[in-house]
Amino acid sequence: MAINELADAIAGFALFADLTTPQRQQVADVLTEQWFADGEKVLRQGLSGSGLYIILDGTAAIRIDGQDRANLRAGDFFGEISVLLGEPPTADIVAIGPLRCLVLPPAQVETFLKSNPGVMFRLLQGEARKVRVTTEWLS
Amino acid sequence: MAELADNRPFPPGRYPIVVVGSGPGGLQLAYSLSHLGVPHAAISADDAPGGMFRKWPVFQRMLSWTKPYPGFPPGSREFERCDWNSLAGEDADHRGLMAHVMDRTSHFPSRPEMQKGLELFASRSGLRIRYGCRWEATRNQDGEFVLETSDGEYRARTVVFAVGVAQPLRPPIPGAEHAALYGELRPIESYKDRRVFIIGKQNSGFEIASGLLPWARQIILASPSSTKLSVNTHSLVGVRARYVQPVEDWALAGGVVILDAAIEEIKPAGGELQVRTRTTANVAIEFAVDDVIAATGFLAPLQDLPQLGVTTFGQSGLPAQTAFWESLSVPGIYFAGTINQGAKGLVKHGIPSNSGAVQGYRYNARVLARRLAELHGVEIERRTIPAADVVSTLLGEATRGPELWHQRSYLARVIAFDRERGIVDEGILPLVHFLDSGEFEGAAALTLESNGKEDLYPIVYVRQGGRVKETPLPDDPFLNFETAVHRSMLADALKPLLSPSLSRAGE
Repeated sequence: MAINELADAIAGFALFADLTTPQRQQVADVLTEQWFADGEKVLRQGLSGSGLYIILDGTAAIRIDGQDRANLRAGDFFGEISVLLGEPPTADIVAIGPLRCLVLPPAQVETFLKSNPGVMFRLLQGEARKVRVTTEWLS
Repeated sequence: MAELADNRPFPPGRYPIVVVGSGPGGLQLAYSLSHLGVPHAAISADDAPGGMFRKWPVFQRMLSWTKPYPGFPPGSREFERCDWNSLAGEDADHRGLMAHVMDRTSHFPSRPEMQKGLELFASRSGLRIRYGCRWEATRNQDGEFVLETSDGEYRARTVVFAVGVAQPLRPPIPGAEHAALYGELRPIESYKDRRVFIIGKQNSGFEIASGLLPWARQIILASPSSTKLSVNTHSLVGVRARYVQPVEDWALAGGVVILDAAIEEIKPAGGELQVRTRTTANVAIEFAVDDVIAATGFLAPLQDLPQLGVTTFGQSGLPAQTAFWESLSVPGIYFAGTINQGAKGLVKHGIPSNSGAVQGYRYNARVLARRLAELHGVEIERRTIPAADVVSTLLGEATRGPELWHQRSYLARVIAFDRERGIVDEGILPLVHFLDSGEFEGAAALTLESNGKEDLYPIVYVRQGGRVKETPLPDDPFLNFETAVHRSMLADALKPLLSPSLSRAGE
């Protein structure tokens, strides 16, 4: 996909909802597109050095010790906890059917979020939702 | 032409494998297949070896070095670490050939020297390629691929495309037709005293800007995201130091403008070109210039392969590939050369493989040739290693092996610990294959890793009981990974695999 097409493709994602068109183009220029076939691993449990992923289209499973726990879909992001804490992922992320993602290298996440406070806020909202779901499971 | 056709090898027909292309990637694969005795045909539209290096880089000097005096003799494995340009030969007189053709005015060979080095490799190794045979169309028929070429039809169950990523990409910007593409530059003198707007802030954009510095009145480089420099990323990500002069010119207010902005439109107006841009802070800036040059990347010229079902991704339309460089969507179609960038690997710490460059993909091609050989019934012998030698073998690879050096976190030396076969050196393999395929249970893979901050360091992956554990070893200022600390840490990491019974089997 060309930068302009990518910028359009992410326009509907909550994470990038507050960005102007040139900002979305910059995001599309900074992030790298990757494609995965059915069953391919995107993140690997226990392996360091992974990045922040945003699903462009397709579905991915969160798999812990071989057990699928939940699915992720277009607009969802993953890998942020490992990047923010500097720890390896605690789950595999596996493509369920063809999967297209955008990737931000771990070393660029801090600068990227600080220079895009709107994205940082939306990411925090996403984290808040995850905490709420976890709390509901525990209660 | 008729006389040429009579002498050329590989006439149209049915072959087990067909290799398309005679750039470094195609040459390396054809060479490695020949070395292993794998029957195949190699065809190329060009009339001589070298691929894109027969005309580019446009300013006629490579971005990859060959150090003349690295302290290792040309032809040794260690020398390959310092020689990014030679192909990987198996016989002594096929190795390190670039060192023999360079005039040593620079450790970056000129383009003609690069071409000469590749021609020397092809002639000295007696490489057989059918030149002047253009691949034109592809179809899938009766379980095999049919390549229509300018010479007739080739049929094979396995086809390897080594066709480069060198088709300049025109950006989807209104008025982009007014921009010259990489390769469409006029003679440099014609830019004298002109204002030049370059779209794109990658190496190709900065190569052009560097070349124009002595000629142009003003140079503007623009793209949405900011420039990264390889000296900061500690990797090949970013603009290489050779092309950083325009950055310094900008930093010292010498007249170069480097802008983070989206380009909205290019419009001719009164003998000049108006370029409308918008910065990420949403400020509109318009430039009046004499020339616009688009250095906005390159496409893989896959022709009709996407219609055949080959999935592509990214701006370059790279085919999505397995760890062994096979199309993820059309089995039997493989890729070699710079197009291997489509097999991403782990991209640990955000640092990609060197599969886009000769020093990376020459090893991919050698690994692929071995893989194809085995798939086509050629037996590859594997050596066993005494248990007492495992640690020193792996640390020797980390300290001297060129494959791990150039393809960090991408290729790995794999050792299998098998109760029946003993301790077996499985050779160099894609790391992702080791991690994900399930082919290896009770095995270790060692590679080098960069994290973009510290010096590189060895890392070992131990696979046992369906789980993989990674253990990074310390870095070393002298890049010596054979110290007592490394030995002790690696021995500890391998301990679960070195059971007493295995130790006996390997002795």
